[in-house]
Amino acid sequence: MTEFALEEMILNMGPHHPSTHGVLRFIVRTDGEMMLRATPDVGFLHRGIEKIAELMPYESFMPYTDRIDYLSSLNCNLGYALTVERLAGIEAPEKAEYLRVIGAELTRIGSHLIAVGALLLDLGAVTPFVHALRERETYNSLMEMLCGARLTHHYVRIGGVAFDAPDGFIEKALSFVNHLEYEFLDEFNKLISFNSILIKRLANVGIITPEKALEFTLVGPNLRGSGIKFDLRKDEPYSIYDRFDFEIPSGSGKFGVQGDAYDRYWVRIEEIKQSCRIVRQAINQMPEHGEIKTKISKPFKIPAGEIYVRTECPRGELGFYLISAGGKTPYRLKIRTGSFSAMTIIEELSEGVMVADLVAIIGSLDVVAPEIDR
Amino acid sequence: MRHNLMETKKLIELLGEKLSSFIVKADKMPNNDLLILIKKESLLSVMDTLKNDLELKFNVLMNHLGVDYTESFAVIYNLYSFKLKKKVTVKAYMEHENPEVDSIESVFKGVNWFERETYDLLGIRFRGHSNLKRLLLPSDWEGHPLRKDYIYPEEYNGLILKREENCK
Amino acid sequence: MYSLADIIYRRMTETFGASDFLEPLFTIVSYLLPCIAILGIVSLISGALTLLERKISADIQNRIGPNRVGPFGIFQFIVDGVKLLLKEDIIPDAADKKLFRLAPYIVFSSTVLAVIVIPFGGPFIVADLNIGLLFIVVVSSLVVVGFMMSGWASNNKWALLGGIRSAAQIISYEIPVALSLLTVALITGTFSMQEIVKQQGLYPWQWFILHNPFTFIAFFIYFVSSLAEINRLPFDFPEAESELVSGYNTEYSGMRFGFFFVAEFANIFVSAALAAAVFLGGGNIGIDPYNSPLGYKLLMALVFFAKALSLCLVTIWVRWTLPRLRIDHMMSLCWKYFIPISVFCLVLTAAWLVAFKGNGVFWRIAG
Repeated sequence: MTEFALEEMILNMGPHHPSTHGVLRFIVRTDGEMMLRATPDVGFLHRGIEKIAELMPYESFMPYTDRIDYLSSLNCNLGYALTVERLAGIEAPEKAEYLRVIGAELTRIGSHLIAVGALLLDLGAVTPFVHALRERETYNSLMEMLCGARLTHHYVRIGGVAFDAPDGFIEKALSFVNHLEYEFLDEFNKLISFNSILIKRLANVGIITPEKALEFTLVGPNLRGSGIKFDLRKDEPYSIYDRFDFEIPSGSGKFGVQGDAYDRYWVRIEEIKQSCRIVRQAINQMPEHGEIKTKISKPFKIPAGEIYVRTECPRGELGFYLISAGGKTPYRLKIRTGSFSAMTIIEELSEGVMVADLVAIIGSLDVVAPEIDR
Repeated sequence: MRHNLMETKKLIELLGEKLSSFIVKADKMPNNDLLILIKKESLLSVMDTLKNDLELKFNVLMNHLGVDYTESFAVIYNLYSFKLKKKVTVKAYMEHENPEVDSIESVFKGVNWFERETYDLLGIRFRGHSNLKRLLLPSDWEGHPLRKDYIYPEEYNGLILKREENCK
Repeated sequence: MYSLADIIYRRMTETFGASDFLEPLFTIVSYLLPCIAILGIVSLISGALTLLERKISADIQNRIGPNRVGPFGIFQFIVDGVKLLLKEDIIPDAADKKLFRLAPYIVFSSTVLAVIVIPFGGPFIVADLNIGLLFIVVVSSLVVVGFMMSGWASNNKWALLGGIRSAAQIISYEIPVALSLLTVALITGTFSMQEIVKQQGLYPWQWFILHNPFTFIAFFIYFVSSLAEINRLPFDFPEAESELVSGYNTEYSGMRFGFFFVAEFANIFVSAALAAAVFLGGGNIGIDPYNSPLGYKLLMALVFFAKALSLCLVTIWVRWTLPRLRIDHMMSLCWKYFIPISVFCLVLTAAWLVAFKGNGVFWRIAG
């Protein structure tokens, strides 16, 4: 053990803590207000999903993928379905692909609303969080219309999707994204995003340079907040994302240094706008009628082989490494999530900052416990 | 699809030049990916070349995992190069008794937690790792759950883990 | 000036006849009755403010606040008080029991002591001390002792951090509070609260806030610093919910927590009332407070409450709109900005008074 100076104090943040996003625990060594090191202790939400995958047939495993990241379950479903389909050589029909994209982008909006809201809640601004939740209520009812569940969707199936869009879904989705992009985001930004207290709390805090981001394998909005314009939907297009026109927001030191917490926060706000654009385009392009799901063999077996497919989840890239031995169940399934890498950098960033900043850093990196522990 | 296949061929040639002595086998994976099989002793040199060579520049480690093939173990690394916009998968086998391999933390700092998780769940030791302790499971857990011959324990610290018979 | 205690004393002597024997009894009773009334009023106001805060915050956040207990949830705070009374009284085993028990009382008594010199309009003031303003400033700093006691005695690192933070914050922000209140004392030449109220008038240009530009600035400095004094957002660092669970009152449960809670909301009212009395002419509607009919006296009290309540509403509104300041921002705000500005206000007010012979900006209309 290291020798302690007399002024050091060891604090325990969590696992039950109103600030941390899920069940996380930090062991913080502080010297008064300044932190010396914050060591994360994870594993409280470890459910052994990878071991369960070795026991489940491919289709039956789909509900487990909901719970890898319950705030953006449709995206996780999509990643798993794409992995299995590519290894098995199946393609989903046209309408199913459009429904998948609409669902995925709506889920991205819902997840970013919570991410941004949780960060603001940790910083003391309760009202914007409640406003974001109000918007998410519309998203929840949209999802309920589409697949019957508000949180863990289980909507994507191997070979397509489960249900067709019901009557009224398209109109409601369109009015939702219009309201978000043209009314809600402007009001939200005026209320809190340009508030000088928030800027003081977030700018120049938790600065991650691009080199450091790559070194610690950060992905998703965290990587883009450091200025690297890398988005899997544009750089390694999957599904039908190459048919849509959207931009990749990236951090540029808007109010501070490039790669600080404010940049990551702003990237998420901008991504909501871009997702609204994609949903609108997808709704316009979607065919009226079409198949929802290709038929797959019963029992469903995949030829032996290995594959690594990564898709863009709201919290980063979700990668599935699937090793199949030709049977009904996977031989090995590895799930690589974005929050896992984001946790590793928190320990590095925590040296020499105040305890209050630790909360801002965790919130801006948007870590959720189920993604880390699986 | 076709032009990507061509690029994979070019990548195989390029890798063949740089890492000729180390590659045991090179396979095309589905999804336009490339799998190279290497000996576990050459892991560090292969990673170093892949990351630092100016033409290859595979500087992003996307993923790392371990696999239990009942008679052997394997470690797999997925790398990505911004320069070539290609992915490569590096795989190395090792024996089943006391599996041990070099840690590549000195090359890719971000693999720290990935290797800890592989050690935790599969029991593969990484030489040279700065902090090889259990990550997801409690520190006093016995056994490595992801192994194929893992037997679920009956109890842990006084908590009974076996399902009772009359709960259906 | 006559205070409520004096009035009661006079009434009692008139009714029962002056006598040397009964005089100490009259004195005690004449001071005791207003104090008990004050305790009741403070608790009632504090409870009403909790309800107001919940309803206003609900409105800002697009929801409905409490609406089950009574029409518009009016009796919610009574029910909450009863709930707190019925809770189990948990004292951590390793806590310092004497200090743990004592701390809530100190915090509460410092708040109630401050209410003694608040002019509620008309003749309604418990004790019109001739050092009234100074008394309030001094007595409000007693809470520091209470917070540090609770943080230390809880034997909990988080509570200790919260207690220390809050002590640092309150001690720092007392200086701008005192300095801004002193600008008004310069103008009136007295610390007595009734006198300060009497020297203002009915119309806004007769209030001290519009007396000269420096008191205008001093009002805002006072208001923001008082938010820091009572640990409200954006200065609620010591009890930052997401960071420290609940700061110095983490380990408190039941009615002990209730004391802290009531003290916090009563403090909101005290700060607002002080600002209303000193800067906004609280309770003064241009007629003599002592020799007017009862109806006018009640009207003066109503005017005062309206002004104090509107400032309370602003406090609540600010709390639900802004995020929290970090502690080093807070300290630099106080020491690098507020204290120099309030010192300048004080000095420049003095210069103004000398230059304009004690007259305000609107002295022609003020009459």
